[in-house]
Amino acid sequence: MIDLMHTAVLIMLLLSAFFVLWLKELIASAIALAAFSLTLAVEFYILQAPDVAIAEAAIGAALSTTIFIIAIRACSTVRKIQGDGRK
Amino acid sequence: MNPLSLIVRVGCDIFAWFMLVFGTNVIIHGYMSPGGGFQGGAIAATFIVFLLVAYGSRRVHSWVNEGIYDVLFDELGLLSFIILAFLGLPTSFFFNYLATPLGVASPWFTPGAGTIFFMSIAVGIEVTGALSLVILNMHRGIRLFSESPMEEELGHDR
Repeated sequence: MIDLMHTAVLIMLLLSAFFVLWLKELIASAIALAAFSLTLAVEFYILQAPDVAIAEAAIGAALSTTIFIIAIRACSTVRKIQGDGRK
Repeated sequence: MNPLSLIVRVGCDIFAWFMLVFGTNVIIHGYMSPGGGFQGGAIAATFIVFLLVAYGSRRVHSWVNEGIYDVLFDELGLLSFIILAFLGLPTSFFFNYLATPLGVASPWFTPGAGTIFFMSIAVGIEVTGALSLVILNMHRGIRLFSESPMEEELGHDR
């Protein structure tokens, strides 16, 4: 049972890490990174490190995602002001 | 960022306080259960993230006095940590002078872990202030970009 769950979590880790690199939209990529970090927290919990799991969930899923989204929005406003047509 | 819709604002209003209480719970019980100062502080710092996502940076910056986060939270946490560390100095730095051995009832309000309990609270206060300041200053950076035109960027790949 625990082996099955462990394997499922590892496959989820690989899938979400693949989507981080594969998605073209930067915001979608940041959300996929949050999903990766949440799955990594579950993996830490399975490996009996609940302390690290709490830190990973709080920092990775909440704070660093908002920091990435703030940075992406700031870059898009700069591009809009400078008239760079690239998206 | 602009404020979001009414449903999101009401949901963030409610859950922000729950996250603050949960972070405080993790900080206070950090000496004997999973979690601790850093983890609880990072959870408690999501309070300001909820408010910023729901209401936008302009309104939240008009509510928040950043000196409170800077002086009251950040410096008070660091100062109480270093003072608690220096108070054990007659024996050694970081000496746990409040600890009671196993099986002995602790004298008054202190838990058996001694100064670890108070140091965990100090680290929690410090991390809450520091991470909230990081998020608030990032949001102020967006407003600087959008209100004043930037110079031409040099030495960038794209």
